[in-house]
This record gives sequence, structure tokens and C-alpha cells, in this order.
Amino acid sequence: MGKIVAVTGNEAVANALRQADPDVCSLYPITPQTDIVQRFSSFVSNGVVKTELLNAESEHSAMSAAIGAAAAGGRVITATSSQGMALMWEMLHIASGMNLPIIMPLVNRALSAPLNIHGDHSDGMGARDTGWIQLWSESAQEAYDNTIMAFRIGEHMDIRLPVMVCMDGFIVSHSIARMEYLEDEEVKNFIGPYAPKNPLLDIEHPKSFGPLILTDLYHEYKRLQHEIMGRVKGVALKVSDEFAKISGRKYGLFEAYRLEDAEIALVILNSAAGTSKDVVDELRDKGIKAGLLKPRLFRPFPYEEVGEALAHLKAVCVMDRADSFGGYGPMFMEISSAMYQNVGTGRKPKLINKIYGLGGRDYMPHDARQVLLELHEIAGGAPVRVVKEYIGVRE
Amino acid sequence: MELSTKELLKWSAEVKLRQKSKQEARFEHGHRMCAGCGAPTVVKMVLMATEYPVVVSNATGCLEVSSCIQDYTAWKVPWIHTAFENAAATLAGVETMYRALRKRESGKSSPAENVKFIAFGGDGGTYDIGLQSLSGAMERGHDMLYVCYDNGAYMNTGIQRSSATPLGADTTTSPIGSANPGGKLQSRKDLTRIMAAHGIPYAAQASPSHWLDLMTKVKKAHEIKGPKFINILSPCNRGWRTATDNSIEISRLAVETCYWPLYEVEDGKLRVTVIPEEKKPADLFLKPQGRFKHLFAPENEAFLKKVQGEIDRVWEGLLKESAASAETGNRAG
Ligand SMILES: Cc1ncc(C[n+]2csc(CCOP(=O)(O)OP(=O)(O)O)c2C)c(N)n1
Ligand code: SF4
Ligand SMILES: [Mg+2]
Repeated sequence: MGKIVAVTGNEAVANALRQADPDVCSLYPITPQTDIVQRFSSFVSNGVVKTELLNAESEHSAMSAAIGAAAAGGRVITATSSQGMALMWEMLHIASGMNLPIIMPLVNRALSAPLNIHGDHSDGMGARDTGWIQLWSESAQEAYDNTIMAFRIGEHMDIRLPVMVCMDGFIVSHSIARMEYLEDEEVKNFIGPYAPKNPLLDIEHPKSFGPLILTDLYHEYKRLQHEIMGRVKGVALKVSDEFAKISGRKYGLFEAYRLEDAEIALVILNSAAGTSKDVVDELRDKGIKAGLLKPRLFRPFPYEEVGEALAHLKAVCVMDRADSFGGYGPMFMEISSAMYQNVGTGRKPKLINKIYGLGGRDYMPHDARQVLLELHEIAGGAPVRVVKEYIGVRE
Repeated sequence: MELSTKELLKWSAEVKLRQKSKQEARFEHGHRMCAGCGAPTVVKMVLMATEYPVVVSNATGCLEVSSCIQDYTAWKVPWIHTAFENAAATLAGVETMYRALRKRESGKSSPAENVKFIAFGGDGGTYDIGLQSLSGAMERGHDMLYVCYDNGAYMNTGIQRSSATPLGADTTTSPIGSANPGGKLQSRKDLTRIMAAHGIPYAAQASPSHWLDLMTKVKKAHEIKGPKFINILSPCNRGWRTATDNSIEISRLAVETCYWPLYEVEDGKLRVTVIPEEKKPADLFLKPQGRFKHLFAPENEAFLKKVQGEIDRVWEGLLKESAASAETGNRAG
């Protein structure tokens, strides 16, 4: 049985990393993630883990070193946020292109300019196409659980891909919440020892990592990456089932909240989903059939399953805590794609897109209420006023 | 230093190129560098200088793009390339994992003993875009040797100037023209001294023309624990506009004109390792190279003098410093 604690999201994730006892942790500080690597450094200094620390001189080098260390043949972690991830961007593609299962908590934070340290999803969404697996988390508990599962998913021999575990900066990373830790031994057994694949340090069998591949095979190489991504859903579900056995907490590809008989719903990531669920309950009490879908596995995106789960609805609002300026919000694009696949069946809700909470702007119950009531009107036949719109704006 | 000077001298005497050449090549033929390129020679000498198992990290650049293409690799040792600016950070990660696994695993699964870690970066990947990554790795004290093969420009992308490009060189981004008869108007960055200023235990400069000096430096570096840096001149006939059969000759002239002084800085003490019997005028090094041709036009007379003046200034400074360290060494010893 686990231990009930009151901790911040960062503390929870740092403890998941401690329980995984990685071989190398390369690090660089950035708010709001710093707290994770500070805590981890103190685990190292106190001999709680056997990990070697590498204090890089930048995030670009932190990711480069993580890649070198992972290629060498052991378990590797790092963590970042915002500008740090932006600086890593070049290397994120190289980590996935080289099939290296590096585990990286991403404590979501807004991107400059203007400079802002608070939570939004611009960083994670900016890493959408980097070939990393992305797990998103509503709470400290989910961030902790996802971090533990990330090792099993990324290190799975059919996959071998890096995994980013996202949680909201400050709202989750720095807020104390009640959650449950698993026993160290349980986590150790669940994750298991690291199994290297073609380690660079195998001197007897020299290998070359990172060749030049031009027009003749690059395309095929990338198709292989696409195929490997296709296997992730199955592995993630299997790992989640096994995790449920030791934790009692069951995870799917996404969470469907009161969705089955709903007529309207929000699609919303991370911490704001918690606020929204309360409002869904409130509207349900008033007889409005509201529901919610909270994606968990964002890359690869489970289009079929999400499309199926939303098909019966009359109206859906996709909530984005990031913008693709000049386009719809990044989550909206995914949901639109998922729904379009259902066109043939004739089942397709009306879709709208709200951009909320950028740079840590509060997302309050009245925001959720306002959006759900708008959906209620659309479901009742009102025309869609505008597809994409910012909410919570100070005029 | 685990090896005494006496032992080193003995080793130097033992190094017979013929004997060495019979050793299995760690960098094989079949790579696609230009005929007459200095870089493969430099790499071969570096790898030949040690019998230890080595792991190599390589920055993007001519050497990297030509030595591991798709199914083919010229590297007979474990080799990793990730990007352009981070050969040092990448290797730092490998070396850290090595320590982690050595510490954690005993017995069969533990990696081999005494593995040496070598990074190869071009001047662009080292002096410019990779300087931060290199500086960080040196400061952290990783047990590794960083080798810069310095051909004085971004050759892989077509001879653009770098901060290693010599004063007066004509490159595609410092081209001579009617408004700029001089080519590159700035002096080189003195990277070897910058690395020595990191307080690392060993920094040196070498040239493939002086193979024994080069290999002795590499051998010595491998016997020292911690971060080491060696800057090696690497002629590029494409960028230098020279013939394809004289890279060793040109690199010898670089040393004999004192354009490329051979020295080492060990534990803070600088020692010039090769003093040419007769210091030749810079013209002998500059003239055979098309990239300096314009310097010999009458209107560039003053500029050419400036080039010679810079060479003299640096060389005299090195000699002075070398003599001073020898003196303090004598007093102490
Ligand atoms: C971040 C980044 N910027 C630019 C490049 C393009 N690029 C590749 S190799 C190279 C030049 C390499 O020059 P140098 O390090 O001197 O090696 P050389 O080719 O001269 O051997 C450049 C500019 C790149 N690959 N990555
Ligand atoms: S361009 Fe120069 S450095 Fe590059 S392979 Fe050719 S000769 Fe060598
Ligand atoms: Mg170069």
C-alpha cells in the first residue's frame, strides 16, 4: 500500500524520478521546473540514488548530454520548462530520431516575449512534432503516476522513444495537494532494470550513431518513426493496466468525465480540467447534460478513440492554453481532425475553440460555466457566433 | 600524470611510424573526404597514438558528413554524432554514463576498463557555435580529450569565415572585392590559450607535419585524468586553394613560419615543443595558398606586413612565456 502525503507537483515528480534511480541526470535550472532538479540533486548528494549528475551549461547541452548518455547505454532523465525546452528544440528531434528513451518532466510555462514564468501549454505544444511521446497530467498524482509509467512506455523494446511528462507550472508544480506515493520497492519492480539496446559503450562491438542519410533512405527512416509511434497506444494501455494493479488508479488514453450521455462537452488538458469538472457537475444538477474529455496521451494522438468518444455530442468546445497564431488552437486542430474522420457516419458535433489562461491567467469556474452555457445554446440550435475566441481577456 | 617524462621519452623513441602503421586502423579508408584533405590524416594520427579503447564524438562538419553515410562507416571505434555545436556536451554525456555504469555494475555487464573519450570538432564547431558546450564540458572536468581539427573556415558549407579564419583570408563570407581588398579583416581567436585559461590540466597545439610531436601530445593527454584540449592544424585544399598533394608540406610551413606554433600548456606551464631551426618568413606559408593571393598585390603591402607582425608578436610572446616557465621549473626542481 502506498503512503498518503501532501506535496507539490514538483516534489511528487522528483520522488518518482528518485524511485526510478536513473543512471544519469543532466540538468539546467529554469522556473518552474528548477525545484525538481534541486530536489534530485539533493537525493544524489545524500546518496539516496546512485545517479551521476551532469550540471550542463545550457538546456541545449543538457539535452545533448542526455542523448550521449542514453546512447552510451543507461537510464537518463532531465527536466525543463518553456525557454529551456525551446533551446532544446533542435536536440529533441535528435533524441527521438536516435530512438533514445530519455524521460523528461516538462513543467509547462509560457514562452517569451513578453517574458512570463507562469503556466500555459505553449512549450509542450511547440514540441508536438519532435517525435517525443507526450503524457499530460492534471494533478500532482497524475504527474507522479505518468512519470513512473513513462519509463515503462519509453523503454519498451518495441518503442524506445523519449517521453515528456507535462504538468502545469505553478498551478500544479508549486501547489500542495493530497496524493499517494507507491512504495519504493513497488516502483522499482514495476519499472524494472534498464535494458540497453545497442549501447555505444559496448567496445567490442563498435557502432556508429548519427549517420548522414540523404534522399535514398531518410524518408523510410522517418516512416519507421511513424510506425513506432503507432505502437505506443497499445503499450501505454498495457502499462496503464499493470499500473492500475499496483496503484488502484486506472488511466486510459484520455479521461472521459460524464461524457457517455452528455450533449455538450469541453475538451481540456491538465489542471483546468479539474476546475471544469466541478462546473460540469453543477450544470448536471441543473439538468444540463454536460461532460468533459481530458486528453492524456497527446503524442501519439488517439484520433479514433477520441473521435468515437465525442461523436454523439451536439456541441463541443476545445479549450486551448496555447495558440497557433493565425491558426486555431493546437488542441482544436487535433479534435477537428478526429471528428472529421466521423463525417461518413454523419455523427459530428458543432466545434468551437476558446483560448484561455495564457501566461498563467486564472481559469475560474465562471469561465467554464460561460463556455458550457454557450455550448448549451448551440446544442439547442443557436448558430456558432465565432469559431475561435480568447476568453478571460481584460478589455 | 601517471607517466613520467622518462617513460614518455622512451615511448616517443619507440613510436616507429612503420610499426604503428601496421596496427589495425581505427579510422578506415572508404570515407569520402576530398583527396589530399588533412583531416583524415589528423584523425588517424590521433587514434593511432593510443592503444586504449576509445569512444569518439564528432561535430557536424566535413569529417562527420564524409565518414558515416547511411550503411557505411569509416569508424572502427564506437562513434556518435548528434549535431554541430555539441560534440563536447554529447561526449560529456557518454563519459558520465560510463562513470555511472562503472560505479553501479561490477562484473560482466560493466563497460570495459580504461576507456578514453575523444571529441573531434571542426573550427566552426569548436571556436564558434560549440564554444559554450566545450567550455562547459571542460569546466565540469569530464575525463575527455577534445580535438579541434582547425582548417580555418566552415568548409562543409562552402568556405565561410569562422573566428579561426586567419587575418587576410579570402572566404565566401569575407570575400575580397573592390570595397574590401583585404579579405578577413579580423585576427584569429586564440582558442588554445582560451582553453588553457580554463585551468584544464592539458592544452596543446599540434600539426600533422610534426607527427611525433602530435602523437606524443595525444599519448600524454590520455595519461592525464580530466579535460584535455588539443588544437590541430588541418589543411583543406578546397578552402585554402592549394594543391591536393601538399597538405603535409603546407602544415610544415605553418610551423616553420611560426604561423602555427607547436606548444603545450601543462598544469599552467607553457612549453614551446618545436622551435624551428630558422624562422621562415610568413610569405612561404601564405604564397602557395589561393586564399591569400590578394595579399601579394601592391596595394596590400601594409596589410601583409600586419599579418607578419601578428605572427611575430604571438610567437615572441610564446617564447618568452615558455622560457619563463622553464626557469621557474628549474628553480623549483
Ligand atoms: C545549428 C547548425 N547551424 C548550421 C549548420 C550548418 N553547418 C553544418 S557543418 C557547418 C560548417 C562546419 O565547419 P567546421 O566546424 O569548421 O568544420 P569543417 O566543415 O570545416 O570541417 C555548418 C555551418 C548546422 N548543421 N547546424
Ligand atoms: S572541403 Fe576541405 S576540409 Fe572538407 S573534405 Fe574537402 S579538403 Fe577536407
Ligand atoms: Mg573548419
